[in-house]
Amino acid sequence: MYIIIVGGGKVGYYLSQALLSEGHEVLVLEKDPAKCGAICDQLGSVVVRGDGCEARTLTEVGTERADMFIAATNEDEDNLVSCQVARHKFKVPRTIARINNPKNEELFKKLGVDVTVSSTNLILEHIEKEVPTHPLMHLLTLKGGALEIVEVKIPPTSSKVGKPMKDIVLPPNSVVCLIIGKWGARVPTDDTRLEADSQLVAVTSPEAEAALRAALTE
Amino acid sequence: MKIVIMGCGRVGAQLAGMLDEDGHEVTVVDSDTYSFRRLPASFKGKPLVGDGTDEDYLKKAGIEEADAFIAVTQGDNRNVMAAQIAKHMYNVPRVICRIYDPLREEMYQTLGLETISPTMVGAKLLRDKVVG
Repeated sequence: MYIIIVGGGKVGYYLSQALLSEGHEVLVLEKDPAKCGAICDQLGSVVVRGDGCEARTLTEVGTERADMFIAATNEDEDNLVSCQVARHKFKVPRTIARINNPKNEELFKKLGVDVTVSSTNLILEHIEKEVPTHPLMHLLTLKGGALEIVEVKIPPTSSKVGKPMKDIVLPPNSVVCLIIGKWGARVPTDDTRLEADSQLVAVTSPEAEAALRAALTE
Repeated sequence: MKIVIMGCGRVGAQLAGMLDEDGHEVTVVDSDTYSFRRLPASFKGKPLVGDGTDEDYLKKAGIEEADAFIAVTQGDNRNVMAAQIAKHMYNVPRVICRIYDPLREEMYQTLGLETISPTMVGAKLLRDKVVG
């Protein structure tokens, strides 16, 4: 695949290194001549000095034949604009933007950026996982955003402890797919009884999340 | 009209002063307090320190009730992003965005933003002065 990366900072550098070693054709666009020199020394001639938001630069590097366009600078507005130019002027099929302010995620999606990666959110998710203060944790948002996979820990105080799955009424669009207990992981049947401190992996919609938590933990 | 202006440079401050004099309710957002020195002494509107591409500050500036939003910071990309937030997230009825780069301006115009490129306007004016 031909992949263009805008921004030759730390993220851009390690990203291009990884993609090159996977055998992709990679091109890095970077404004700063010193950073360009460093990348050229380390990774070879895969870097062009220029502004990744400018249509002229993007024409020069053959953006119209790129399979993927990744904007990885540390400025959200630059990442948004370069992805929009790549998408609308050069019809790049897949655009990916790094975002710093997690609040921008919705905007970027609305404006046609295919994938957004928020390092702030990623770190937050890890903290949530390591420090379980909340009985319900997001594991994954499924593509399209309508459904998500969550993990629910059953507290010993839950009134559902000891009850079989068939007696537990879940909100619409929600299903428990897996129960992880002391004995390992198991796909629940109607007769599987909930145990205290077991972990449940469930599919649910963002709207039904609170109801699902209440149905299992209260 | 309630008008939010992002960027209090020469153009932003001049515009804010003019609209304020015409009796509009004007809020100017700029990340640098020092830039508010450019506002005329008679300015009755609200200067607000903050980042105009951050929705929290835009809400503080009253973007939800604004009739118009004008982005005139030094950065084309900042203007483009803030203008798109105003248009697509807050449905501000009139959004105008300054873009210096004529190529970028052309693209965002086709994407439905109302844009002005001072580069083009200035160059045309100068040409007409010389040859007109």
